[in-house]
Amino acid sequence: MAEKILAVLEQREGNLKKVSFEAASVALNLANQLGLQAEAVVVGKEISNLNELSKFGISKLTHLKNESLENYSSSAYAEAIASFAKENEAKILIFPNTAMGVDLAPRVAVKLNSGIVMDCMKLEVKDNEVIATRPVYAGKALIDVKLKSDIKIFTIRPNVFKPQAVDSSTVQIEEKQIDNPNLKTKVTAFKKSEGKLDVAEADIIVSGGRGMKGPENFHLIEELAEVLGAAVGASRAVVDAGWRPHREQVGQTGKTVSPSLYIACGISGAIQHLAGMSSSKYIVAINKDKDAPIFNVADYGIAGDVFEILPALTEEIKKLKS
Amino acid sequence: MKIAVCVSQVPDTATRIKIGSDHKSIDPTGVTYIINPYDEFAIEEALKTKEKIGGDSVVYVISVGDDSVKETLRKALAMGADEAILLKSSGYKDSIAIAKALSEEIKSLGCELVFCGKQSVDFDSGITGQLVAEMLGYNCISVVVDFKLDGNKIIAEREIEGGREVVETELPAVITAQKGLNEPRYASLKGIMAAKKKTIAEKPAFDSEVFTEILDMHLPPSKQPGRILGTDKSAVPELVRLLREEAKVI
Ligand SMILES: Cc1cc2nc3c(=O)[nH]c(=O)nc-3n(C[C@H](O)[C@H](O)[C@H](O)COP(=O)(O)OP(=O)(O)OC[C@H]3O[C@@H](n4cnc5c(N)ncnc54)[C@H](O)[C@@H]3O)c2cc1C
Repeated sequence: MAEKILAVLEQREGNLKKVSFEAASVALNLANQLGLQAEAVVVGKEISNLNELSKFGISKLTHLKNESLENYSSSAYAEAIASFAKENEAKILIFPNTAMGVDLAPRVAVKLNSGIVMDCMKLEVKDNEVIATRPVYAGKALIDVKLKSDIKIFTIRPNVFKPQAVDSSTVQIEEKQIDNPNLKTKVTAFKKSEGKLDVAEADIIVSGGRGMKGPENFHLIEELAEVLGAAVGASRAVVDAGWRPHREQVGQTGKTVSPSLYIACGISGAIQHLAGMSSSKYIVAINKDKDAPIFNVADYGIAGDVFEILPALTEEIKKLKS
Repeated sequence: MKIAVCVSQVPDTATRIKIGSDHKSIDPTGVTYIINPYDEFAIEEALKTKEKIGGDSVVYVISVGDDSVKETLRKALAMGADEAILLKSSGYKDSIAIAKALSEEIKSLGCELVFCGKQSVDFDSGITGQLVAEMLGYNCISVVVDFKLDGNKIIAEREIEGGREVVETELPAVITAQKGLNEPRYASLKGIMAAKKKTIAEKPAFDSEVFTEILDMHLPPSKQPGRILGTDKSAVPELVRLLREEAKVI
């Protein structure tokens, strides 16, 4: 049996998430370089879009299935994945660095006696070894690391590794029933938040800071986010003031994000904020203080009043999209 | 009930990182250290839980590190923790080795409920609590923003993409704390005085294998400051053009 790299896919509400295809592509890419075989595994009940994986060159996908595994259960999912990895002699496992992946991957690591590197932004093969690059101190520094354990686990930051479609490939889907899953810990309900998109997953983020002057003005941010299909973010100052929920906070004690576009509105650019967003591909700053530190990291800036610029920007983008 | 809180000490978030001469860690000169911000939520929740269940509950704070970490433990004592334990270790330990040291101590203390911060803001891995739980065979709920303990039963809400999951489990368990779980209390003057008198127990940290090897630490490529396109809305069309044609992000 060829040694394997396993992409652990993530489904939510019966749908594979985009980051699952990223994990699959990473697994395939590493497998090709290391001479291993790439496979995928997913846990759940019915999953509607498993066939989409066929675009990404993975030859086999195993669906670990049980009626009671529709919702996430850390205990049951971790056991299912770990025993599958053992049976199949997986040498490397790739998880998405999502809420689920971060919960699950370390537990699987202990079960497999494997080392683990979280939140990788780059995975390179050198001398037949995987070298991972990941941010530390919320992106103020980067480390290159390797694992010395026999089995290795890496989690990948969403949106960083682009899924690569492969010409004309097929995927063999196998179902495997999980008997008596361990449901000691289980999700009993999901409370959807009002915001449409989460900053951790969004490709574009429009963020507001204290310069927005009050929660009643955040509709300006929301309107721009809406036309861009973006998530709303916030600085800690406005989260602490209770203007925005803390799940929107970007920064060292909020979320570290790396979207392709980050628009900072009325945000000064304190070091803790910059730590969380400066790896964004493009940064736009709107701040009336031309000396604000945010301009030191911005690609494009307008040194003006957010209340004048935001509505104009929303209009201009609407025009473009219509 | 015995409750443990795992805390770590991290560089002040205002620190500008300089790479150390070994190219594997940061240069500590001039760096001030603080208690990991998420651990304050963990301590607060432990104290609240103790107050709620009453009886002879004890809150232990445990940390892995060198002598300098005593300051952080002292702060946790000042907030109201009963006992502090320093698991002495110098040199690099990865999350698994740290979790191993913590879980060995938690096992010998017999703590049934463990709180951790959801991540340390230095290495940011966000996995210590989950590792500790798995090593102890405890249940685990991570990134918790709401926690209720009723007898043996736990109902918690954890933050995930796009909302919150309501999760149920039972003791023994590890909970990792996210901002929003509570408002950490300030240490009272009385607490600070009492903390000064307490002894911090010191033991060697369980020595386990380290799987992770840091090959290099470096700074991210620095961004060139970009262009300020104007000072009023007349700059907007140019901004949109650049985002579309040059950056190609919209
Ligand atoms: C332990 C710790 C952790 C922290 N973690 C984080 C974190 O994770 N994320 C984070 O963001 N911060 C964090 N901070 C806080 C950080 O230090 C700053 O206080 C915060 O980022 C400031 O938010 P702000 O930029 O919105 O507000 P301010 O610094 O007050 O800036 C407001 C800006 O708005 C501009 N402005 C005002 N009016 C207008 C207008 N009409 N039009 C245009 N611009 C205008 C001003 O010029 C100013 O630059 C942390 C701090 C500590 C101590």
